[in-house]
Amino acid sequence: MTDISLETDVLENGQGRSLWQDAWSRLKRNKAAIVSMLVLAAMALIGIFGPMFSPHPYDRIYPQYVRAPASFEAYPRADNILPAFESALARARVDIGEVTVEGSQARAAISDDEPIDERITRYVDRSDLFSNARIENLSADGMTGEMVADVQRLRFLFGTDANGRDVLTRTMIGIRISLAIGLLASMMALLLGVTYGAVSGYLGGRVDNVMMRFVDILYSLPFIFFVILLVVFFGRSFVLIFIAIGCTEWLDMARIVRGQTLTIKRQEYVEAAQAMGVTSWGILRRHVIPNTLGPVIVFVTLLVPKAILLESLLSFLGLGVQPPLTSLGLLISDGAANMRGASWLLIYPAITLTIILFALNFLGDGLRDALDPKDR
Amino acid sequence: MLAYVFRRLLSAIPTVFIIVTIAFFMMRIAPGGPFDLERPLDPLIMENINRAYNLDKPIWQQYLLYLGNLAQGDLGPSFTRRDFSVVDLFRTGLPVSIQLGAMALSLALVIGTFLGALAALRQNSWVDYMVVGTATLGITIPPFVIAPVLSLFFGVMLGWLPAGGWGGGQLRYLILPVATLALPQIAIIARLTRGATIEALRSNHVRTARAYGLPQRVVVGTHALRAAMLPVVSYLGPTAAALLTGSVVVETIFGIPGIGRYFVQGALGRDYTLVMGTVIVIAMFVIVFNLIVDILYAWLDPRVRYD
Amino acid sequence: MLRNLLNTTMLASAMTMTASLPMPAFAQDGEVVYNRGNDTDPSTLDHHLTSTVAEGHLMRDLYEGLVVQDATAEIVPGVAEEWEMSEDGTVYTFHLREDAKWSNGDPVTANDFVFAYRRLQDPETAAPYANIHYPIKNAEAINNSEMDPEELGVVAIDDRTLEITLEGPTPYFLELLTHQTGLPLHQASVEEHGADYTSPDNMVTNGAYMLESFTPNDMIVMRKNPEFHDADNVAIDVVNYIPFEDRATCLRRFEADEVLSCSDIPLEQMDYMEENLADSMRIVPYLGTYYLPVKTTKEELSDPRVRQAMSMAIDREFLAEEIWQGAMVPTHSFVPEGIGNYGEPAVLPYAEDDMLDREDAAIALLEEAGFGEGELSVELRYNTSENNANTMTAIADMLGNIGINATTVEMEGATYFDYLRSDGEFDVVRAGWIGDYSDPQNFLFLHESDNLGFNYSRWENEEYDQLMSDAESETDLDARAEILKQAETLLLEEVPVIPILYYTANSLVSDKLVGWEDNIMNVHGTRWMSISQ
Repeated sequence: MTDISLETDVLENGQGRSLWQDAWSRLKRNKAAIVSMLVLAAMALIGIFGPMFSPHPYDRIYPQYVRAPASFEAYPRADNILPAFESALARARVDIGEVTVEGSQARAAISDDEPIDERITRYVDRSDLFSNARIENLSADGMTGEMVADVQRLRFLFGTDANGRDVLTRTMIGIRISLAIGLLASMMALLLGVTYGAVSGYLGGRVDNVMMRFVDILYSLPFIFFVILLVVFFGRSFVLIFIAIGCTEWLDMARIVRGQTLTIKRQEYVEAAQAMGVTSWGILRRHVIPNTLGPVIVFVTLLVPKAILLESLLSFLGLGVQPPLTSLGLLISDGAANMRGASWLLIYPAITLTIILFALNFLGDGLRDALDPKDR
Repeated sequence: MLAYVFRRLLSAIPTVFIIVTIAFFMMRIAPGGPFDLERPLDPLIMENINRAYNLDKPIWQQYLLYLGNLAQGDLGPSFTRRDFSVVDLFRTGLPVSIQLGAMALSLALVIGTFLGALAALRQNSWVDYMVVGTATLGITIPPFVIAPVLSLFFGVMLGWLPAGGWGGGQLRYLILPVATLALPQIAIIARLTRGATIEALRSNHVRTARAYGLPQRVVVGTHALRAAMLPVVSYLGPTAAALLTGSVVVETIFGIPGIGRYFVQGALGRDYTLVMGTVIVIAMFVIVFNLIVDILYAWLDPRVRYD
Repeated sequence: MLRNLLNTTMLASAMTMTASLPMPAFAQDGEVVYNRGNDTDPSTLDHHLTSTVAEGHLMRDLYEGLVVQDATAEIVPGVAEEWEMSEDGTVYTFHLREDAKWSNGDPVTANDFVFAYRRLQDPETAAPYANIHYPIKNAEAINNSEMDPEELGVVAIDDRTLEITLEGPTPYFLELLTHQTGLPLHQASVEEHGADYTSPDNMVTNGAYMLESFTPNDMIVMRKNPEFHDADNVAIDVVNYIPFEDRATCLRRFEADEVLSCSDIPLEQMDYMEENLADSMRIVPYLGTYYLPVKTTKEELSDPRVRQAMSMAIDREFLAEEIWQGAMVPTHSFVPEGIGNYGEPAVLPYAEDDMLDREDAAIALLEEAGFGEGELSVELRYNTSENNANTMTAIADMLGNIGINATTVEMEGATYFDYLRSDGEFDVVRAGWIGDYSDPQNFLFLHESDNLGFNYSRWENEEYDQLMSDAESETDLDARAEILKQAETLLLEEVPVIPILYYTANSLVSDKLVGWEDNIMNVHGTRWMSISQ
C-alpha cells in the first residue's frame, strides 16, 4: 500500500498516470494481490484500533494470571473460583461459613464477633477474580451476613506473558509499531535509496565513486553507537528508532538501484532520449527509475522484515521501544526464550508476523507484474 | 579495468580513515566506559585503571595515539579481554567466521539461484508457489528462532548433531550454524533471482534469442540468468561482507568463537579498541566486496562501463 | 518452520554419516574430561585484574591460596599447613607446606605471596579489587601512591613462614584470603613475561590444574597439574571451561550431554526444567541481595516515611515466585541469611503482615508525609535484562496500588552503570550486590556516607557511620555482630535502599558429576569432584 502512494509521487506526469491506471487495472485482476491488500489493510486497522476495543489494556497486569496459556475458555477456571474466594475472605479476618458459586456469582456466609465492617469487601474486590463485592442479608446486630461478589470472567485468547499481561492486545500494539517501522523503512528506501542509487549510477564516474564511498562509510560505522548516542542525547523515543532504522535501511536499496541503473543507462532508448536532448532528471524519471521498479519492489518486500527484526535487536540490547510498549520483533524474541514451557508467547506473534509478510510478498509480486514497463 | 581497480583500492584509504575518525569520536561521546560494571569500582582504583590505559589523557591525544599505532598495524590491547590484543582476537576469530560465512554464502547462492530460476521458469505453477512460500517463511522466521529450534531438534531430541560448540571446526559442528545462516539468504536470493529472471525472460534480447529458435536451455542459461544475476550480485556485496564477518545471534546461540559477537560485546562493554578493530575489519570487507560486485557487473553485462 | 526443518533434515542426515568424532577435541584417550559451563569468558587470567564470579571459578582451579575452600566452602589448609593469630588479632603467621610446588616444579615459597600481595596494591597494577586487602597494614596507602609497595605488612620470615600484619583486628581475614586476590604468583615468570605471563605457554600456576589453551568465546582448557601436592586425589584430568552468554544454549548442551554442569539456568524455561530436570537443578541460597536504592537527596524521597511506604507496598513473594519463577528468595532484610560472623539479620517489621494491611499502612504513611493519592510520581530505572524489566514493571504496578504514579525507564548496561556511579538524577533504581566474603561488613559498608562508589542513594547518616567504624575496631565477634545488627536495623528504619530479593546460585549439575556440593558461597573447585560413568 505504501508503495502505491509513492509510485504516484515519482511518476506524476501524464504518461505516469496512464501507466498507473494501467497498472491498477492489471493489479485488480490479480486475486492474490487483492487479498493481500485486504489482509494488510485489516492488519493496519487491527494495529491502530484493536487495542482500543480490547478488554485488556496492553500494559494492564493481572497478577493472578501470570503466564496463563492461550485459551478460548474464560478465566478463572471453575475449580479455581472457590479457593480464590476463600483466600480473599480469609484476608478479611472473618469467620467463613458455607461458600457457594452459582453462575457468575460467588456467595459466602460470614460472621464475626464484632459488627462486620462494610469495608472488608475491598479484600474481595482487590482480587482480579471478583468485582462488585457487597454484603447482603446483614443481621440486625451486624455480626453475620453474606458476602456476595460477581466473578469476573476474563478471556486471554493468546494467553498472558510473564507479567500477566494480555498477549493478544500486546500483539496488536506490536502490529502497530512493527508496521510503522516497516512503512518507514520502505519509505526511506524508496525515496532516498532509489533516488540516490539512480543518480549515482546514472551520473557515473567520479560522482558515482564518491557517492558510493559515502554508502560504504555508513555501512561500516558502528550503528549501535549511533543509536546509543541518539538515545542518550535525546532520550529514548519512537522517533529515534525510526531515524536509526531509516538511516541504515536505504543503503542496500541504493546499491541495487545503482547497479540496475548502470545497465539501463546503456540501453538504446536512454541513448535515444539523450540524443534528443532530454535532461538528465527527465531521463532518470521517465526511463531509469521506472525500469528499476521490478527489483525495487521485490526488495522492498524483503526489507520490511529486515527492518522489523532490526528493531527487535535494538530492543534486545535495551535501545529499542521503551517497555511496556512492544513490537512484533520484541514479542517474538521474548517468545523464542519461552519456546519451551510457554509456547503461546512465541506462536501467536510469529503467526501474525508471518501473515503480514506473506501478504506483503504477494502484493509485491502483484505490483511488480502490474508495473512492469516491458509488459505495457 | 586494472587502473579502475587500482583507483578504487587507493580510494579505500581515505574511506577507512574517515570511518575510523567518526567511529572513534562517536564511541567516546557515548556515556560509560570499559570499567563501568555491575559492581562499581572504588573511585581511586578507577583512577589507577584509567591511567594504566591512557584513558585519563585528553581525547585528541588518545586519538593521535590510536592513529599512530594503527599506522603500524597495531589495533591496541582489548579492554574487556585483556590477555589478548585486538589483532590476536581477529587472528583466532576471523578464520572461524569466514569459514562459516563462506559455507553459508555458497550454499545460499547455489540453492537460492537454482530455486529462484526454477520458480521463474514455472511462474504461477505449484513449484513457483512452493518456492515463494518457503522463501517467505525463511525470511519471516528470524534466526533467533531458527537457531534454538534446530539445536533443540537435531542436538537434543534426535542427538544427531552437537547442540552447540565449535569442536575445533569439525564438520558436524558446522552444519546447524551454517544452515541457520544460509536459510534466510537462500530465501532472499531465491526471491531476487525469481523476480529478475521473470523480468529478463520478457526482455527483448531473450525474446530475440527465442525467436531465433535457440534451445530453452541456452536462452535461460546464458541470456536470462546472466541478466537476472545483476540484482542478486548487488545484494550479495554487502551481504557477503556481513556473513563473512560473523553473526551475533548465530555465534551466541551455538557458542561459536567467531568475530560476530565482538561488535556487540565490544559496543556494550565499551571495549573501544575492539569496536574500532571490528569497524575497520567490516569496512575493509564492505569495500572489497563492493569492488568485486562492481567488477562482476561489468563482466555480467558488457554494456556496463566505469569511466 | 516445518519446511525448513525438512530441508535441513536431509542435509543433516547426509552429513552425520561423514563425520562422527567424539566431542572433546583436546582430550586424549582414557582421560577424564569435565566440560564445565561458565557464565562468560574471564576479562583476563591475571587474577589481580579479575573481579567476577566466573573468573573466581577459573582461578580456584589454577591456583591454591594460603587457605582454600573445600567442596562445602569450609576453610581448610591450602599452601599453608597451619597458622596462628596474635592475641590482639592483628598478626597472622602462616606456615607453608613443604611439598607445595608450581607447575614447573619450583617450590612455592612465602616470597611468592609477598610478591603477589605487593603487586596487588601497586597502583601500576591498577587492580580493581585491591581494596579487598585494605585490612592489611599500609595496603590502602600504597594503593593510593602514598607509600612504597615494600612497606606492605606482608613479610617472608623464611621460605616457609609468612607473616601478615593487619591495620586492626579483622575477624573475616581468612575468608578474605580465599578470594582470588589472595592467590600467589610465580615471580620469575611474571617478571620475565610481563603482561604476557597469562598466555598458555608462559603461565605457571600452583593449583590442581594448569592452563593448556584459551580460545576466546570457545573454551579454556585446563589439564591436571602433576606437581600439585594433592595430585593423587585429583580425579578429573581435563577441565574445559565453556562460556555461555546465552543460558538457554547451556541448557540445550546439558540435555545433549555435552556439558556436565551449567553455572546458570534460563528462568523462562523453569517450568520445563522442573518437570524434566528436577534432579539436576540446584537452586541454592547465595550471598547476594537484589535491592532498590532510592535517591535520598531528592526532596520528595528524603522523607523516610515515603521510602518505607514504597517498601511496604512491594509484594516480594509475588516477585520471587511469579516473576523469578522461584529462582530468587523474597527478603525483608539487607544482609543475606546464613552469612558468617552474624546470626539472623535484622528484618523489616511488616515482613509477616498481610499485603492488603501493608498497603493500608503505606497509604497512611504517605498521607502523613503529605502525599495523597496520585500526588507522588516516581521513575523506576533499570538496566536491560528481561527479568529486570519484568521485576520493575511489576513493582511499578504495586506502587500504583498505594497511589504512587510509577513509570519505568530502561537503560543500556554501561550507560546505566555510569549513570549510577556519577550520581545520576534517578528516583529509584535497581542494584545487586554479591558478597566477596562471608561477613556482614561486606554488605553494610555499601551505605557508608563516604562510600561514593556504592552509595547510590547518597544516604548520609552519622549514627550509621559511627556504628560501622565501631564495628571495625571491635575484636569480640559477638559484640561486633551486635553492633552491625544495630547498623542494619537503622538501615531498615530509614530504607535508603529497599531490599527485595536474595539471589540464589542456580546451576544444572549432571548426576554423573560426583562431589558438587551446594554451598552458600557457590564455590565448586574441580579438584573435589569426579565423574562416574
